[in-house]
Amino acid sequence: MKKLSARRRHPAAALVVLLLALACTGGLYAVFAPADKAQADETAQSLTIEEGKKLYAVDCASCHGTGGQGTSDGPSLVGVGAAAVDFQVGTGRMPAATSQGAQIPRKKPVYTQAEIDALAAYVASLGAGPAIPAESQYSPEGADIAKGGELFRNNCAQCHNFTGKGGALTHGKYAPNLEDVDPKHIYEAMLTGPQNMPSFPDSTLSEQNKKDIIAYLDEVNSQDTENPGGLELGGLGPVSEGLFGWIFGLGGLIAVAVWVAARTAKAKKS
Amino acid sequence: MSSQIPEENLPAAQDTAHGAVGVADEKNPFADPGLPPHEHRRQDIDERAAKRSERTVALLFTVSMLATIGFIAAFVAIPVDKIVYIFPFGHVSALNFALGVTLGVSLFTIGAGAVHWARTLMSDEELTDERHAIEAEPEVRAKVMDDFRQGAKESQLGRRKLIRNTMFGALAVVPLSGVVLLRELGPLPEDKLRHTLWSKGKLLINQNTGEPMRPSDIVTGSLTFAKPEGLEEHDHDFNNEIAKAALMLVRIQPEDIKDKRTMEWGHEGILAYSKICTHVGCPISLYEQQTHHVLCPCHQSTFDLSDGAKVIFGPAGHALPQLRIGVNDEGYLEALSDFEEPVGPAFWERG
Amino acid sequence: MSTNTSTQPRSRGKAPAGERVADWADGRLGIYSLAKANMRKIFPDHWSFMLGEICLYSFIIIILTGVYLTLFFHPSMNEVEYHGSYIPMQGQLMSEAYASTLRISFDVRGGLLIRQIHHWAAVVFLAGMFVHMMRVFFTGAFRKPREINWLFGFLLFVLGMFTGFTGYSLPDDLLSGTGVRFTQGAILSVPIVGTYISMFLFGGEFPGTDFVARFYSIHILLLPGIMLGLVVGHLILVFYHKHTQFAGPGRTNKNVVGMPLLPVYMAKAGGFFFLVFGFIALIAGIASINPIWNLGPYRPDMVSTGAQPDWYMGFAEGLVRAMPGWEINFWGHTLVLGVFIPLVLFGLFLGVIALYPFIESWVTGDKREHHILDRPRNAPTRTAFGVAWVTGYMIMLIGGGNDIIATHFNLSINAVTWFVRIGFFAGPVVAFIITKRICLGLQRRDREKVLHGRESGIIKRLPHGEFIEVHEPLSQEALYTLTAHEQYKPVEIGPTVDEHGVERKVKGTEKLRAKLSKAYYGEESQIPKPTVEEYNEITSGHGHH
Repeated sequence: MKKLSARRRHPAAALVVLLLALACTGGLYAVFAPADKAQADETAQSLTIEEGKKLYAVDCASCHGTGGQGTSDGPSLVGVGAAAVDFQVGTGRMPAATSQGAQIPRKKPVYTQAEIDALAAYVASLGAGPAIPAESQYSPEGADIAKGGELFRNNCAQCHNFTGKGGALTHGKYAPNLEDVDPKHIYEAMLTGPQNMPSFPDSTLSEQNKKDIIAYLDEVNSQDTENPGGLELGGLGPVSEGLFGWIFGLGGLIAVAVWVAARTAKAKKS
Repeated sequence: MSSQIPEENLPAAQDTAHGAVGVADEKNPFADPGLPPHEHRRQDIDERAAKRSERTVALLFTVSMLATIGFIAAFVAIPVDKIVYIFPFGHVSALNFALGVTLGVSLFTIGAGAVHWARTLMSDEELTDERHAIEAEPEVRAKVMDDFRQGAKESQLGRRKLIRNTMFGALAVVPLSGVVLLRELGPLPEDKLRHTLWSKGKLLINQNTGEPMRPSDIVTGSLTFAKPEGLEEHDHDFNNEIAKAALMLVRIQPEDIKDKRTMEWGHEGILAYSKICTHVGCPISLYEQQTHHVLCPCHQSTFDLSDGAKVIFGPAGHALPQLRIGVNDEGYLEALSDFEEPVGPAFWERG
Repeated sequence: MSTNTSTQPRSRGKAPAGERVADWADGRLGIYSLAKANMRKIFPDHWSFMLGEICLYSFIIIILTGVYLTLFFHPSMNEVEYHGSYIPMQGQLMSEAYASTLRISFDVRGGLLIRQIHHWAAVVFLAGMFVHMMRVFFTGAFRKPREINWLFGFLLFVLGMFTGFTGYSLPDDLLSGTGVRFTQGAILSVPIVGTYISMFLFGGEFPGTDFVARFYSIHILLLPGIMLGLVVGHLILVFYHKHTQFAGPGRTNKNVVGMPLLPVYMAKAGGFFFLVFGFIALIAGIASINPIWNLGPYRPDMVSTGAQPDWYMGFAEGLVRAMPGWEINFWGHTLVLGVFIPLVLFGLFLGVIALYPFIESWVTGDKREHHILDRPRNAPTRTAFGVAWVTGYMIMLIGGGNDIIATHFNLSINAVTWFVRIGFFAGPVVAFIITKRICLGLQRRDREKVLHGRESGIIKRLPHGEFIEVHEPLSQEALYTLTAHEQYKPVEIGPTVDEHGVERKVKGTEKLRAKLSKAYYGEESQIPKPTVEEYNEITSGHGHH
């Protein structure tokens, strides 16, 4: 794990990602640039807003209203901020199917990051709200993992489980598994409180606190997480351990017992 | 015998036991034919097969020895913190994996060898043991009873009632010393479960930042945990105090708050509830900001924070206690009193 | 006896060393008479007879590994700041108990393996006892003379649950601490004395600084000590009663057929110990259990979702989760029924199965010894009762994991809870009815087989064109085995008016007994097995049908 995460945190990694993004969309510096920096370029900004407005009219207006004022099918987007849009659309939750279940699930995103940024810029123009965080805000680098763990157990584990494996809420709702969720999206979720998740604004959970939590999750719930003891069995605790103990533990031993007690094959009479 | 059921109607009297007749005939077509004749295994008649079995057993024992050597080698050679990726187990401790597998193999092969030996080479002829009744013969029983009566008589226990009664009395009373000693296990409950650290004027300290909070810090839809001012993690009784004082802060739009008292005890829609579930005391904080429901992860009691934290589902018996809060002169959130009722699980004296 | 040996002194000088040692021991311990009775003792072979061995061996494994763990574990709740090798806990405040468990897991070479063997063996131990108990139940092995051994086994299961629970609580991690908190809350619900018991158990308010040390002595000394005694007693009784066996040719209530202790059973049973140990070591090498480093140190104001006890307490957990929140306030007191009823039900539900042998023997009035096992189908009411009990148990086990079930099957947790609430009452009833029907169906099939033989699969055409399947008569062995069980007739109360016309009073217990007996052995509860006359008529008459 050390190797991979080290590679991911390598200074050149951001550059590689940047180049890829450029190749795809052409001139998408806004992805990694802080929102206030983007505001500096007035013309680019208003252009993005225009694009966002077009996209919004096609896929969002039917539920959220033509001006983002909200309808019976969707909440008002005035003041939710760019961070909320980036999270909802970036994790594929939006646009949602018209008839969802108890909760809108994470899906493959429909839009490219450029389109999401345009949408976010448009929604942000409707009313002030949390901006999309800069990489320096959410990058786990240099954060205190242990402190993050403590914060996670106090603020997050009650819904998302010890290491963020997710858990049940009322009436079919759930807190999703956080394995390998983009740190940016984790940050945005804490900031904006999507769906039934409460928000943890900077005033009560500081930027550094959020970084620590992200660093902790990166350590304990990713593809490369160490499980010294072996199979983690979903990381769900005694339920899956008990099931494994019954099926493979006792089941295996009973299979052995059947062999021990079975009659040895008799010689064929000839 | 309390039963007045005729003895011949008891199932025991309706014995339909089969004797081991041996030969089935018209009268007894279901007779027990007796043990089937013993059949030989290959190993019994073919020395080459037996030799193969012998070699298999010896091989298993040899594998065990090798695995033990492997165990020791792994113990010596592999660093305790070495992590390796092994499919499909993931990034596991190399030492734990190596020790587990080698120990497992070394033990399992001893067992497999012994069992294979027993199954293929030791005699597999079934033998019979007779059973004997557990109950003693009537003469033995009579002898025991006589002996007992004799002994009891010689002790004069039945005759000298004073000795009997005082002895039983002494034996009955003496364990009380042990019971009394247990008194030192802990203090009496008194009113310990009724009070928490909260009191008028205590600031609400954000557990994440360690700072007091202003109403503007708590935004609608957010969730914050607070402890009373002056309680620090390093304090000796931190755990005992936080177990009662833990607080959960939410902010709900005033028009969404259904209960008048709930509104009044809060501050501008900021509501402070005990974080300790009233069922069996789990820290409850699975807050759904759209429904204002809070769910307990232990037993799924659900409370409606917009309605005085009333129980709307699950095994909890009463609402979460709410703490009256206000703002002090400097604009920080403070408690206006202790909780009005005991926090946490209900108990006999709660009332 | 002693005069015989003294007249013929053994030539001790010439005997091989082994014999000399044995002679020495015999002179002091009398081992030869013990060996005479036991060395070639017969044990029947059947895989289900080895379930108890799985339990015994996992118990031994738990003791061995447990002793090792005590060498490193500090049963103390003193707060320390962690500075060991596990990065995500650096600088965290935790109890010494938790810190030493981290040390065992990360710094003691092989410590993690031993911890995992210990815990996996505990899970297997309890599961093994459950299945072993069910085997004994469904085959009627608990009948006279084994009722006491049934109780020994039951006590071992219950004590095992509590030993497991106290052990699970020792590391003082966030998950087990939540479990201890639950226990404390449940204790508080006990009327009148609840708060006192809680204060005494925890040395004051929860969590205090005492419970780890107290649970430690309960976990490593008190409960295992009692269990060890019970295990020894259990084994002595198994030897003394001799093992039960299934009906079969040559196997009667007066004998036991199988392999001798020396050498076959010794090799198999001894070998099986190594198989069990090896298998559990292997599991501990590849699968993680209770990774306490992920859980964090216990703090009474923190919690994680998915807070469950180990599986054997899941039944109690389910009862508590399914219970509605009833609470009665009166005269300044609170009766916490929402917690106390599950607590009582927990004891009652387990108690019913413990007392079952005595209930059944009262209903049958049978005072004979039973060494031949029942096939479950031949005791339909007992089997149905057992399945109903297991169904209730399993539904509560599901209830104990309702949140995990909800998230993994995309269900509503409220719906799962309602399913459990209804299922706890309806499930056992349905299971009882279905099981009884299945048993009767199987009995009917056995009867058909005995009377008409086995379906051979060969189709024959009769001269007048009808097709029939040829039935082969059963072997004598099969005929015997299928008819070896005995069938009780229901108890009747008898005439309630005596010869003088005076009405006799019929006691309530007597009526109940007659009623139960009818439910057990009445016409609707068993299929009469074929009689000799029926068999003769069919076989001697017009050939096969």
